[in-house]
Amino acid sequence: MNRDWLEFERPIVELETKIGELRDLAGTKGMDMTREIESLERQAEKLRGDIYSKLTPWQRVQLARHPRRPYTLDYIEALCEEFTELHGDRLFGDDRAIVGGMGLLAGRQVMVIGHQKGRNTKENLLRNFGMPHPEGYRKALRLMQLAGKFGRPIITFIDTPGAYPGVDAEKRGQSEAIARNLREMVRIAVPIVVVVIGEGGSGGALALAVGDRVLMLENSIYSVISPEGCAAILWGDRAEAPRAAEALKLTATDLDELQLIDRVIQEPNGGAHRDPLAMADVLRDVLGAELESLERTPIDELLENRFQKYLHMGVFADAET
Amino acid sequence: MSWLHRAKKGVRIQRTAEKKELPEGMWTKCPGCSDIVYRVELDKNLWVCTRCSYHFPLNAHQYVDVLTDAGTFEETFRNITSLDPLNFRDAKEKYRIKLKKTMLRTNLTEAVLTGRARLHGRPIVLGVFDFSFLGGSMGSAVGEKIARAGLDALERHSPLIVLSRSGGARMHESVLSLMQMAKTSAVLAKLHEARVPFISVMSNPTTGGVSASFASLGDVNLAEPHAQIGFAGPRVIRETINQELPPGFQTAEFVQECGFVDLIVSRGEMRSVLHRLLCFLCGSEQEEKMLKPEVEEPPVAEEAPTREADPTPSPPDVLGTPDETTREIGLHGPA
Repeated sequence: MNRDWLEFERPIVELETKIGELRDLAGTKGMDMTREIESLERQAEKLRGDIYSKLTPWQRVQLARHPRRPYTLDYIEALCEEFTELHGDRLFGDDRAIVGGMGLLAGRQVMVIGHQKGRNTKENLLRNFGMPHPEGYRKALRLMQLAGKFGRPIITFIDTPGAYPGVDAEKRGQSEAIARNLREMVRIAVPIVVVVIGEGGSGGALALAVGDRVLMLENSIYSVISPEGCAAILWGDRAEAPRAAEALKLTATDLDELQLIDRVIQEPNGGAHRDPLAMADVLRDVLGAELESLERTPIDELLENRFQKYLHMGVFADAET
Repeated sequence: MSWLHRAKKGVRIQRTAEKKELPEGMWTKCPGCSDIVYRVELDKNLWVCTRCSYHFPLNAHQYVDVLTDAGTFEETFRNITSLDPLNFRDAKEKYRIKLKKTMLRTNLTEAVLTGRARLHGRPIVLGVFDFSFLGGSMGSAVGEKIARAGLDALERHSPLIVLSRSGGARMHESVLSLMQMAKTSAVLAKLHEARVPFISVMSNPTTGGVSASFASLGDVNLAEPHAQIGFAGPRVIRETINQELPPGFQTAEFVQECGFVDLIVSRGEMRSVLHRLLCFLCGSEQEEKMLKPEVEEPPVAEEAPTREADPTPSPPDVLGTPDETTREIGLHGPA
């Protein structure tokens, strides 16, 4: 099943293939098919609107993991006029599941850090499917503190199934690495803008996602556990993942309603992977505006707001008895 | 063939006295050495097996007794309880029903008990998890109680001690639970900056979102012997790497060897080690004056002038093994 579209995208893909064929035919045979093509394209546009406006949470999960979805380095390439990657945690090694470096974004010097997935087997081995080891989180923290020291704002891109659950990761202190990032990111004295671009997989995502502004792309997800993992534990069957996805309230809209994120960024019709450059254009404007407003805030106020924001997260009863 | 199947229908086996959960009330089987142990003796020994040192699991109130001076614990933030903000329902039942049942069964309001107390006369702020409340899992209410306990410690400038016993974040509140990791760690950042000591005690188990947030962030991290401590569950790791895990993987001893636990402390020595730490971490003159005269053991660290300026001591050297600590206290005891 080697394909790069999802089951529910089939009608769109089929229609698009047809349009493509007609175009080829028109080109080679020199026939005028403009009207047919136009009509089919209108159909396709409507189909896209219909399908993508009624996505179930499970379909969003699949979109968030879409094999053609733009990854951190795609956005860096599209957004930054310059980018110089920096490697290593100065303690153990360089984790390729997280990339970070100095970027120039619309004339602004920024530190850009994000999880990085791979597109094929070779890349995925290198990137460990976007699942970092402790040294990845420690590299990220080192770079964030570097940015903090020299007054450069930080942008992080979140896209990971989760922190890697392996023997070596445990030996090198996966918990400690994540925990330390959570504590230290609250204190870094420069603006931090977080964008969830794909999968926000639990603590492994959160460890790069504490910031002044947390934004989610329309088809990204953010959850305490993968729907499959949740289904296995609570339903005793991984196949119940679609139900778990619904119960977990993991879509961008859900998180926005729970006031856990600051804003949902609309994706091009059909998802970011259908038009990565248009997505990047939207993102460039949004990031620019966010950074500008954060940079106007005095740093003490910024840090206090950041602290208060996290302090007030949660829904509970506080009955006076 | 007939001896594999009952010849007669309706035969009932009478439960014999021996077969019954053996010693209801009097005796308990030790899971460590399979010996039958006298409960009164166990209770005296803080529920540590006298033969094999197996640490029986304790509930939150028992831990309060182990960790604090008798009668000094005042519970705080008891009013904070869980809601069901996501209207979560699993295969069996609704989360809100599960919560109600758990409250009735455990007689607890949440998976963590918070309060103020004294330890060898020193004021402390305490949080203690109870595993029987949904596996000690952290949802919004637990996060809020830990955060408030932290702010309480900050305001009173009292050291914060949290004894963790938790499987991690509570799935039923999904990303709200996840955010409690950031919230509790944010409060610890404040304590860190204000040089208010935080001591994390990890009991069995301390995993997932609890281990990956406040529990790993102690100025000193202590652990009970053999406690399971780690990020991912062993089953998940086994499935990921598709091979057997090394023996002793994720035990407190393993984690200490890896460098993430400062000291493993048996239950019987926990109070004296905590006291030793408190003396070191907050031994300023002002604090000394607040000490009550009826301290049983003279604070060991008093002769070492402690400066608040050093929030991160190198604990293994400072603390020594529990044996040494005991010996040290003995040396300084009544002549």
